[in-house]
Amino acid sequence: MPLRNDPKRYGLVSILLHWTMAALIIGLFFLGEYMVDLDYYHPWYQKAPDLHRSLGFLVAALLLPRWIWRLINPLPVIEGKPWEQRTAVWVHRLFYVLIAGAVISGYLISTADGQGIDVFGWFDIPAVFYGAENQEDIAGELHEVLTHILFLLALLHGLAALKHHFIDRDPTLRRMLGPGERRSPSSLTNVTEE
Amino acid sequence: MLKKTLFSLVFMLGLGAATAQAAEHYVIDTKGMHAFITFRIQHLGYSWLEGRFNRFTGDFDYDEANPSNNRVSVEIDIASIDSNHAERDKHLRSERFFDAKKFPKATFVSTAWENHGNGKATLKGKFTLRGVTKDISIDVSQIGAGKDPWGGFRRGFVGTTTLHLSNYRMKEGNILGPVAENVQLWLSIEGVRQ
Repeated sequence: MPLRNDPKRYGLVSILLHWTMAALIIGLFFLGEYMVDLDYYHPWYQKAPDLHRSLGFLVAALLLPRWIWRLINPLPVIEGKPWEQRTAVWVHRLFYVLIAGAVISGYLISTADGQGIDVFGWFDIPAVFYGAENQEDIAGELHEVLTHILFLLALLHGLAALKHHFIDRDPTLRRMLGPGERRSPSSLTNVTEE
Repeated sequence: MLKKTLFSLVFMLGLGAATAQAAEHYVIDTKGMHAFITFRIQHLGYSWLEGRFNRFTGDFDYDEANPSNNRVSVEIDIASIDSNHAERDKHLRSERFFDAKKFPKATFVSTAWENHGNGKATLKGKFTLRGVTKDISIDVSQIGAGKDPWGGFRRGFVGTTTLHLSNYRMKEGNILGPVAENVQLWLSIEGVRQ
């Protein structure tokens, strides 16, 4: 299986990046929802936020390489009607914006008083921007809104993939799942980002 | 009859003016920040956690000859709570503790000043926090008073009191339980005479 994308399918790097980030983002969403309701004496009261911050860092660390990889690789043909193709492109752009926004706003909560973020006890990410008036509250509200939109978009994204697989019976989902067979794209329209 | 009434009216007005003159009016110096509202609460019963409210305003009247005229009023901006840890402050502002959105201000309005001499007094008043009003009393000592180097006149006090968390219906207060029941307040107040 090739590492790089080609016009028909995703390479291994894209597939691994996609599913690692998918798992992290979905996991972070539920971990976040869970941890904010824990009471003070719960054994996970400190562990859950520590883990959330560390996993959040992994998302941040993967986002830029993923974007660069996306820019230097061909994009496999997007299946579907022209409006579906356009929507797909914009949904993916929105994903990048929301993930970046979620990561940045989360970082700004924890570092609002100038304290760094400890990543799995490996190292510390220093606070760079801190001390703004009620920074942790504003960043907190932003984080909540962005991550909820992100989760809804991920849900839409998953449903769309299932629709392509079961209704359109095109290779959209299969080619993200792994090697699969080489199949000529059903549409020759290649919508690429500028 | 009319003369008598008039006379007593004039007399009362004169007396009123005289007492108004005797009581000095001070504004708490929160511009130059020579005033501090700090709190202390035990963490798990193992140590003291300290924090403060960074924004508040207030004023007081001080009548040396007739201390029963002394009065104080202070308004505290709850969202300005600062325990030197952004995530904790965010948590404290949330509906689980102070619910700063619903109850943005805490107020203290004095009702009585009991002078004990030597600059010591007990200040009684109504304290409102989270929409709950309680009668509290504050032990007050005057630290000093006199001309400042910039043409003004200042007077400063320190006050201490203990609040009880269970009075103010904080959701998380019930969870924290008895070790967090008592909150010590330490108030350092400097007023600039008007």
